[in-house]
Amino acid sequence: MARAARILAVTMGLLCLAGPTFAATTEVPPKDIHWSFDGPFGSYDQEQLQRGYKVYREVCSSCHSMNMVAFRNLGDPGGPFWNPKYPNPNDNPVVKTIAKDYQFPDVDSETGDAIKRPGTSADYFPAPFANPAAARASNGGALPPDMSLLAKAREGGADYIYSIVTGDRAEAPHGLNVPAGRYYDPYIAGDLGSFWKGDPAKTPPGGFIAMPPPLVEGRVTFDDGTKATLNQESKDVAAFLQWAADPKLEERNRAGLGVMIFLLLFAGVLYASYRGVWRDVGH
Amino acid sequence: MSGPSTYEPKSAIERWLDTRLPVIRFSADLMAYPTPRNLNYWYTFGGILSFCLAVQIVTGIVLAMHYDPSGAGAFVSVEQHIMRDVNYGWLIRGLHANGASMFFVAVYLHILRGIYYGSFKAPREVLWLLGCVIYVLMMATAFMGYVLPWGQMSFWGAKVITNLLGAFPLIGKPITTLLWGGYSVDDPTLNRFFSLHYLLPFVIAAVVALHVWALHVPGNNNPTGVNVQSKSDTLSFHPYYTVKDGFAISLFLILFAIFVFYLPDALGKVDNAVPANPLVTPAHIVPEWYLLPFYAILRAIPDKLMGVLALAGSIGVLFALPWLDTSKVRSMRYRPAARVYFLIWIVATGALGWCGSQEPVGQVIPGLTGPMLIDYDLNSVTWLSRISALYYFAYFLVITPLLGLRETTLPVPDSLYTPVLPHDAGAPVGASPVLATEG
Ligand code: HEC
Ligand code: HEM
Repeated sequence: MARAARILAVTMGLLCLAGPTFAATTEVPPKDIHWSFDGPFGSYDQEQLQRGYKVYREVCSSCHSMNMVAFRNLGDPGGPFWNPKYPNPNDNPVVKTIAKDYQFPDVDSETGDAIKRPGTSADYFPAPFANPAAARASNGGALPPDMSLLAKAREGGADYIYSIVTGDRAEAPHGLNVPAGRYYDPYIAGDLGSFWKGDPAKTPPGGFIAMPPPLVEGRVTFDDGTKATLNQESKDVAAFLQWAADPKLEERNRAGLGVMIFLLLFAGVLYASYRGVWRDVGH
Repeated sequence: MSGPSTYEPKSAIERWLDTRLPVIRFSADLMAYPTPRNLNYWYTFGGILSFCLAVQIVTGIVLAMHYDPSGAGAFVSVEQHIMRDVNYGWLIRGLHANGASMFFVAVYLHILRGIYYGSFKAPREVLWLLGCVIYVLMMATAFMGYVLPWGQMSFWGAKVITNLLGAFPLIGKPITTLLWGGYSVDDPTLNRFFSLHYLLPFVIAAVVALHVWALHVPGNNNPTGVNVQSKSDTLSFHPYYTVKDGFAISLFLILFAIFVFYLPDALGKVDNAVPANPLVTPAHIVPEWYLLPFYAILRAIPDKLMGVLALAGSIGVLFALPWLDTSKVRSMRYRPAARVYFLIWIVATGALGWCGSQEPVGQVIPGLTGPMLIDYDLNSVTWLSRISALYYFAYFLVITPLLGLRETTLPVPDSLYTPVLPHDAGAPVGASPVLATEG
C-alpha cells in the first residue's frame, strides 16, 4: 500500500509538469473571489444566476452574443430558472415568457414569406449583431467575444470576468498615453511599454481594452430587492457567465461524489482480496 | 506462448471447440501464464495501459457518433452539442480528453520502469521496440485528436507541427501539402485527421497484441533482472496478478476521476475554448503537456531542419537503447552509478518539459540577468533546454554505453526471490514452507 502511495505521488508529480505558461506580456492577477461553485461540493446560487442573467440581458447582451445557450437551458437543472415542477424546461412558464419577448425571423409555412415570430424555448439567444463585421463597426473595430464559453476561455474564469467589469480603469496611471476608444485595464494581458512616458522599469502592468466600463452602480434593478452595487452586479454577471460556460457543473460534482465513494470502496475491496490472495505467498 | 498448455477441456462442448478453434485454451493459458512472483507495483502499468486504451476506444466511438468533422461544425458539435445536449456528453468527453493525459502518465511510468529494470535488454529487444512503436503511435493519435475540437490551440498546434515537415528539403513541401489536403490547415486537414484518429487506436491495439505476444515468449522481466529459473520462481497470472493489477487500476481510476469530475479542464489550455481562427495567432502556442519535452528539444536548436532531426532523434534513441546499453547487469537495483545518471536524466527530461511550456526568452531564475551566450541569455529557457537536451542525448549515446563497461555493480542475487524471502539456512532453495502453501 505504501509503495502504491509512492507511485501515486510520482504520478501526481508528473502531472504537475502541466504547469502554467510564461507570459511575455504583463497583467495583474484577477481578484480572488469566493464563489458558491468553488470546490468539489460547489453548486450555483440560483438567485445569483437570476440576477446575473438580468445583468447579462439588460447590459452585456447589447454587445456580446451567447450563441450556444438556448432559452430552454435557463430552465435546465442547475440553471437560473430551474423549477423541479417542470422537469422538461420547455414547459417552464418563466422560460416561455422570456423567449416570447424576442422576435425571430422565420418562413411562413403557408405562403413562404419571410416573417417574424415570437421566440420559443427551443430558440437560441439572439446575437446583437448580424455578423462580426457589424459588431466591430459598432465597437470601434473591436469584436466583443461570444459569451457562451468566455468563463472557460480565459485564465482565471469568473474571477477574471469580475475583475474586468469592476475595473479599476477609470484612473489610468498618470503618464500613460491611452489611445482614443481604449481603456486601461490592469487585468488584461498587454505590453504598455510604448504608451508609457515614465521610467520603463515602472511601466504599469496590464493592457488596453476597447470595452467601455459596462457597469455602474444601479445599472439594473434586481427583482429580489438586492442592492445593485457595482460589486454585486459584477459578481452576479460573472457567476451567470460561469454557469453559461459550464452548465453541467452541479451534475458533474454530484456524479463525482458518488463515483469517488464507489471507487474508494471498490479499491478497499480489491485491496482486501489482494491481501487475501497473496497471504502466505512469498514475493 | 512459452510452456506447455495446462488447460483441460471439461465439457463435451469445450472438447469439441478445442479441436476446432482453441480460444478457451488460449485464454486459459494467458490467465495461467507463469509470472515472476516478485513483481512490484511498477509492473501494474501494463494492465493500466490496456485499460486506458479500452477507455479511449469506447469513449472515442461514442464521441464520433456526435462529432462533426468540418471546420464550420467541429467546435459547435463538441462544445455545444456534446458538452451541453448529449446525455452525459460532458462525461464521455471528460473521460476521453483526460483519458489521453492519463494514458501518457501511465506510458511514461511504464517506460521509466522498463529502463530502470533493464527490461529492454536481451532477450526482450523486440518487446521493447514494439513498445516504442506504440508510444509513437500514441503521440500521433493524441496530436490528431487534439486537433478535432477545432479550437484555437487545435488549429495552431496543427499548423506549427505540420509546418515542421516543410523543413525537409525537396520532399518537405509536397508531404505537407498532402497532409493538409491543400495549401493550409483547413477542412480537408480536419477530415483526414479525424479519419486517422479513428484508425490509429486500432493499429495501436494490434501492436499491443504483438507486444503481449513478445512478452510471453521470453516471459516477464522482474525487479531483480534475474531470469526465472524454475517454476517456484513464478505464480499463475490469475489470480495473483489479476488482483494486484485490479487494485492498481482502482487507484489509478481514483486519480483519473479526480481530474474528470473536479479538474476537467486543468490539463487543457483555455485557448481551446475559443473557436479556431486562422487570422488570430494565440499569444503562446504550446502543445499538450505530454509532448512538451520534445517541443523544447525542437526549439532549443536555431535551425529548423536540425531541430526537427533532433526531435526525431530524441525518440529514435529510445529504439536504439537495447544496443546502446552495454551493462551485463539488467536491473539498476544493482547498478548504483547507473541509478544516479538515470535520475539526472529524469530531472533533465522534466526540465525540458518545463522549458517546452515557457517562452524561449523566459528567465529560469526570475529577475536574474546572466551573460549573453551566442544568441540567448545564459539564464534563459533556451539555454536550459540546450543543456538538458545535451544531457538527454548524452545519457543514451555516451553515458549508457560507457558506464556498462566501467561501472562497479553490487552483487546480483542467484535467484529472483532470494532478496525477498528470509534466508532459511540449510533449507534448499525452493523448499521453503512459505512456497509450499502455494498450489
Ligand atoms: C458597448 C458594448 C459592450 C457592452 C455593453 C459590454 N461589452 Fe464586454 N466587450 C466589448 C468589446 C468591444 C470587447 C472587446 C474588447 C477588446 O478586444 O479590447 C469586450 C470584451 C469583454 C471582456 C474581455 C474579454 C477578453 O478578451 O479577455 C469581458 C470579460 C467582457 N467584455 C465582459 C462584459 C460584461 C460582463 C458585460 C456586461 C456587464 C459586457 N462585457 C458588456 C463590448 C461590450
Ligand atoms: C490511443 C487512443 C486515443 C487517444 C490517445 C486519443 C486522444 C484524443 C485527444 C487528446 C482528443 C482531444 C480531446 C479534447 O480536447 O476534447 C481526442 C478527441 C477525439 N477523439 Fe480521441 N483518442 C484516442 C482514441 C480515439 C478513438 C478510438 C476514437 C473513435 C473511434 C476517438 C474519437 C475522438 C473524437 C470524435 C474526438 C473529438 C471530440 C473531442 O474533442 O472531445 N478517439 N482524442
